[in-house]
Amino acid sequence: MNIMTEAAVEKALDQKMNTVSHKMVGKDVSVYYGEKRALFDVNLNVRENTVTALIGPSGCGKSTFLRTLNRMNDTIESCRVTGRITLDEDDIYDPSIDVVELRARVGMVFQKPNPFPKSIYENVAYGPKIHGLARTKAEFDQIVETSLQKAGLWNEAKDRLHEPGTGLSGGQQQRLCIARAVAVSPEVILMDEPCSALDPIATAKVEELIHELRANYTIVIVTHSMQQAARVSQRTAMFHLGNLVEENDTDKMFTNPDDQRTQDYIMGRFG
Amino acid sequence: MNTSLILLLVLVIGLATYLAGRARALATSKGKLSALHSLPGYHGTYAAICATIPALLVLALWLVAAPVYIDNDIRSSLPETVLAEGEATTELALGQVKSIAGGLKLLNAAELSTLSDDPANLREVLAAKGVPLAGEGEAYMVGSAQRFNTLTTASRYLMAAAVFLVAVAGAVLALRGIKTPFRARNQVERVMLGALMLASSIAILTTIGIVGSMLSETIRFFQSVSPVEFFFGTVWDPRFSAAGSSDTSGQFGLLPLLAGTLYIALVAMLFAVPIGLFAAIYMAEYARPAVRSAVKPLLEILAGIPTIVYGFFALVTVGPFLRDISAELNGLVTGNYVSFIQAQSVLTAGIVMGIMLIPFVSSLSDDIITQVPASLRDGSLGLGATRSETIKRVVLPAALPGIVGALLLTASRAVGETMIVVLAAGVAARMQLNPFEAMTTVTVKIVNQLTGDLEFNSPQTLVAFALGITLFFITLCLNIYALYIVRKYREQYE
Amino acid sequence: MTEIATSVFPRSPAARRDIGIKRRYAAERRFRAYGVAAILIGLLFLFVLLWTVVSKGYTAFQQTTITLPIEFAEKVIDPKNERAANPAKLMSANYPLLVRDALVKTLGIDPANRAEVKKATDMVSASARTQLRDIVVANPAVIGTTLNVSLLASGDIDSANKGQINLEVEESKRKVNDRQLAWMKTLSEDGVLSKEFNTGIFTSGASSRPEASGIGVAALGSLYMMLIVLVLALPIGVAASIYLEEFAPKNRLTDLIEVNINNLAAVPSIVYGLLGLSIFINFAGMPRSAALVGGLVLTLMTLPTIIIATRAALKAVPPSIRSAALGLGASKMQMVFHHVLPLAAPGVLTGTIIGLAHALGETAPLLLIGMVAFVVDYPGSPMEPSTALPVQIYMWANEAERAFVERTSGAIIILLIFLVVMNLGAILLRRRFERRW
Repeated sequence: MNIMTEAAVEKALDQKMNTVSHKMVGKDVSVYYGEKRALFDVNLNVRENTVTALIGPSGCGKSTFLRTLNRMNDTIESCRVTGRITLDEDDIYDPSIDVVELRARVGMVFQKPNPFPKSIYENVAYGPKIHGLARTKAEFDQIVETSLQKAGLWNEAKDRLHEPGTGLSGGQQQRLCIARAVAVSPEVILMDEPCSALDPIATAKVEELIHELRANYTIVIVTHSMQQAARVSQRTAMFHLGNLVEENDTDKMFTNPDDQRTQDYIMGRFG
Repeated sequence: MNTSLILLLVLVIGLATYLAGRARALATSKGKLSALHSLPGYHGTYAAICATIPALLVLALWLVAAPVYIDNDIRSSLPETVLAEGEATTELALGQVKSIAGGLKLLNAAELSTLSDDPANLREVLAAKGVPLAGEGEAYMVGSAQRFNTLTTASRYLMAAAVFLVAVAGAVLALRGIKTPFRARNQVERVMLGALMLASSIAILTTIGIVGSMLSETIRFFQSVSPVEFFFGTVWDPRFSAAGSSDTSGQFGLLPLLAGTLYIALVAMLFAVPIGLFAAIYMAEYARPAVRSAVKPLLEILAGIPTIVYGFFALVTVGPFLRDISAELNGLVTGNYVSFIQAQSVLTAGIVMGIMLIPFVSSLSDDIITQVPASLRDGSLGLGATRSETIKRVVLPAALPGIVGALLLTASRAVGETMIVVLAAGVAARMQLNPFEAMTTVTVKIVNQLTGDLEFNSPQTLVAFALGITLFFITLCLNIYALYIVRKYREQYE
Repeated sequence: MTEIATSVFPRSPAARRDIGIKRRYAAERRFRAYGVAAILIGLLFLFVLLWTVVSKGYTAFQQTTITLPIEFAEKVIDPKNERAANPAKLMSANYPLLVRDALVKTLGIDPANRAEVKKATDMVSASARTQLRDIVVANPAVIGTTLNVSLLASGDIDSANKGQINLEVEESKRKVNDRQLAWMKTLSEDGVLSKEFNTGIFTSGASSRPEASGIGVAALGSLYMMLIVLVLALPIGVAASIYLEEFAPKNRLTDLIEVNINNLAAVPSIVYGLLGLSIFINFAGMPRSAALVGGLVLTLMTLPTIIIATRAALKAVPPSIRSAALGLGASKMQMVFHHVLPLAAPGVLTGTIIGLAHALGETAPLLLIGMVAFVVDYPGSPMEPSTALPVQIYMWANEAERAFVERTSGAIIILLIFLVVMNLGAILLRRRFERRW
């Protein structure tokens, strides 16, 4: 290994920072549930138009961190967040930032498909409707069609737009939820183990979809499957016991991780 | 020997058999308890069951059957002339014979012999003993009465003997059957299971009792008033017919009562549903746990207050308040201080009933709303919806079937509510649309027709059962449909 | 396509797109305010209801009495001295005359002035007759002596003394005239007329005089009924629930029973009254107005509540306990009675208490089985005519006199206290024994 001066290292890093833009930046993020601390001073940057995967054993805090990114933790009474998370330089926990506006920009897809008990059309149109993103029927039709196309569901759903969303198969439901999130045209989409309730074929479709969505959106995905992280992401962050262990390019992470714990986890020594 | 003494005797035999059975089982085991299939207590219990249950069955059967047999016997002993006059006269004579028989027991031998010789002053003699007779006794009645007394006494002794015999026989048989491999526990448990089944059949029996009793009285009512007149009549005027005039039985139109019932229930629901529903939404979606755990029981106090208290509240507070405030309003607008709301009115009853229903609506809806899965809320919030948007557009539509069920259950309660309307709605059976006037309900009329002295066979009292069965079927339909919806709803989210 | 797509999917900076935040938050606040308002309205009604009852009723626990030196004159009670031969004479003596004489003396009225004397005697309750009679019959030796006796003031005087009568009204239109008011003043200055704690409301039976009526007899009737309900409904309800929850096969019959029980819990209570009238009184020939019939009717009414509560309690016992018992070789019956039922007992008892509280306040079915009865004496057994606490309230509520409103509210307070105690008991029981698995 070459020996570098500190100054040289700084310089190299600066250069790197200039080439990539960071959509969201978390600095010293800690989360408490009542007395219990669930996250310890996490520093993690989310790059724009990149898929960032959060991995780690269960209970490591990866989902907790994900939920701080669009303040879904607000719905939990005892939850408290410290540190600083920015979206395009704005602190999202600043009192002047509105949580509704934030969530319109940072959408979320959940672990279990949770379509509303409404028709497929209404599921997709829900977000645009509440945010007033469209006025006329034609505009709504357009949004629904585009969103379903982006979610790869259009061909399967176009003939049954007015049937209940709950009537779709599990994989289709999850893609419907993605379409629903896309319809609001957020800047960032958070996905919390989106494939954990799906069979392998449906999983493959969703993964393919994530890959395509990357062109237009910044995506953060929590997954318990390392293969999935390797398949869909460009950056990977490894959590363990509430700490961020390592953040790196996915290729590097899975071939030559810096941290011993990452290596152990990837090798399947604990989990 | 009276019945309770016999009962006591059977129980004593049962206890003795239990002790004997246990001792015998212990003796058979020869000190090695594990040799027995069942514990000694089970052997004792089994023996006691054998001793008591058949004996008690015989007792119950006898108590039901003997009076029927004796009545038949006496009835056939009545003179031809009486029997020829038809059923009503026969029954009357039978009743008289029974009261004479009761009186005869109070007389001593000398009085009895004079009476048998000369039954003419029967009534005076018995009246002196404090037994009033409805009419003059006939000569043959003394004989029949004596026969009645003889039969009753004989039956009593025979019954005691039979019960005693069955009990002892059961005890002996059971005690002799005690052997080490005998499966006493299984037998006892079979009997227990039978008892449990019997207990759960009471629920069915109650329904059968309700429907059966009301139906039979209703059929009797329809013998004097045609069903068409009842179900489609628009006038309620059940004049109590003066003695002698039989044809002026009045009019029994259900519609004015039904109209009042539904109108008051509607006002109550219009009052209770918005308040109850918003309270439920706030408590399920917004309130902090501390607030919720304080407010929920407080609101439920309203549900625990007896309805008679609401009736009183309507009578002394709400009714006069509405009357006075309407007079004030009228005065302010027209200068004429006359109230346009009567103290007893649809509005008074509806509002007070509405207050009573608030906790029903709120706690039923609260349960339903909290069952909507959190993932749906998260899904909506995650898209950037506000709380109220989530509630209005996702949670409530998802909960709608359950809420409809809850509201139907509440409506059923409103329709069947009695004490509030008895005190607050008035008794005038009218069909009109002004909520400030008094109207009456099905339940009020059931109470009206059945309180006070009543002769049971007149259409005026029997109509109460026809009203009752109408009420029962309305609420039954509401309940079953509502329970079905709620059940389906629960299954959906389980 | 591309044109529309760029218009509805604007690329960054999306932060600046208008999603109507202000308007939406206003709607949010309005919606919340509706919720708060609904809860406040509910609580307001609760408060007004309780306040009405308490403010109208607390005075019922005080009673105005007039203590007079009564001379038990022999010439009034037993002028011909025949009480030794015929003790029944003492029952029908002219006791009101004793009261009149004592009043005339105390107030210093001319006995010949009939109008004045009438005004004076109207101040004392007509129940004075029975009160004095009872004293004399219990102890004939008082004849010829003078005793200080506390007599109940009449209902109107009682109301006036509690300040419930509007004295601004013209004299002829109010129930207490100026003369009586003046007497009241002097008598209370002399300590003759005073307000005391009202024990009569707890012990007396029905009376046409508000000042002499109480809930004692009705409460005993209610007690009989509650005992009958407890003795019948608890074992039957528990047995039925055990069968349905632990033993019954899942088939259409048990489904039917289940629907049936849920429906019975929602059947209007008045229907149970019709059932009782038709089956227990008309068919089985039980006596009208008897607490026994009332108890049976309330038992049938309470059973579904108890069954539903018991089944919930049995369901809450975890299956692991059942497997453990069965694994040790216990029979199913032993498993239920040795393990499951004791663990479910607190839930069963809580449900039972709540069912009993409900039955205690129930009025409508009792009206139909003849419990709207004027019962003066304590019923010696559940077979004797009696009435019930809520029915007594109903009867009093129908009385027109002002003083009865006070009695009614007082009786409601007593009823509510019973209910509060029962419900608190249920809550404490639940807190004390509640288990979380």
